[in-house]
Amino acid sequence: MSVINTQTPPTGPAQKVAEFHTPLILGEHGLCPGCGEPVALRILLETLQELNLVQRTIGVVGHGCYGSFVRIMDIDVLQCLHGRAPACATGIKRMRPDTAVFTLQGDGDMVNEGLQEVIHAAARGENVTCILLNNGVFGDTGGQQTATTVLGQRTKTSLEGRDAEKHGYPIRIADIVASVDGAGYVARGAVNTAREVMRTKRLIRNAFESQLAGEGLSLVEILTMCPTGWFVTAPDGPDYLESSMTAAYPLGVLHSRSAEAN
Amino acid sequence: MSVDSKGTLVIDVELCKGCELCIAACPPTVLEMSSEVNAMGYRYPVLHEGCTGCTACQLVCPDAVFEVYRLQV
Repeated sequence: MSVINTQTPPTGPAQKVAEFHTPLILGEHGLCPGCGEPVALRILLETLQELNLVQRTIGVVGHGCYGSFVRIMDIDVLQCLHGRAPACATGIKRMRPDTAVFTLQGDGDMVNEGLQEVIHAAARGENVTCILLNNGVFGDTGGQQTATTVLGQRTKTSLEGRDAEKHGYPIRIADIVASVDGAGYVARGAVNTAREVMRTKRLIRNAFESQLAGEGLSLVEILTMCPTGWFVTAPDGPDYLESSMTAAYPLGVLHSRSAEAN
Repeated sequence: MSVDSKGTLVIDVELCKGCELCIAACPPTVLEMSSEVNAMGYRYPVLHEGCTGCTACQLVCPDAVFEVYRLQV
């Protein structure tokens, strides 16, 4: 089969159906090949654009690999202390109720470092959207085990695989938040296949609509690939996510106040 | 035998980090990794005939390498 020229757009009549990325991303990120976090960032920013929220959105970013997105996101961003994003988001939303506020946190940030923050924010029913990028490792510091590492997963600090007797069980933070009365919308998605990316984008949209409707805290947990931290090759990342993480963290909507009211 | 293409891509090969996620994500399996490398030293995807313009490659790409067109015939 012959190779098609892909250096220039087609000369004949054609409709552009997908851009390289949203204009809200200003440059290249420096993350590893096969990382799932840039995909999650793109669908998040595309959702803000589709909801026409860009001019009144404030993002609150924790600490992790996604910290490098701060310099390429064309929206207002506050980078706060490790794990404390829901607390900072609470302050912003209470002072500026007209804004749409989201937090972008990793599993090490939300579940290890700042576990109480998100639960308390949910219990207070704060109208913010929390986006959790869950890859099961502390990617930024070299791939150590976090509280969400699934049983049997190898990390730099659990080379034989996570053992329940030695390291304890993983924390399902989305299920915990879903059980808190102040939560408005809780869902879990993934970015391992094109279908899951599209589905996760819908979940993010629902979460922001829940925030705008004032239903309480909305949380979307997104399972992302970290081939570097998982000791797998980049092409094997999506399959590894499917076989290990989605078994422990079932995808779907866990709690929706508007759906339950109907 | 030639296969009709309903879509085509623009691939920014210099942004590619060679993760090969698009190869497995492509439903008609018309993407293949090149034997050459870009300026960063990564192999990058090349397109063969038979693209449907489904945008699956663009959805899974972490480095935003793809722009997708549907041909109007």
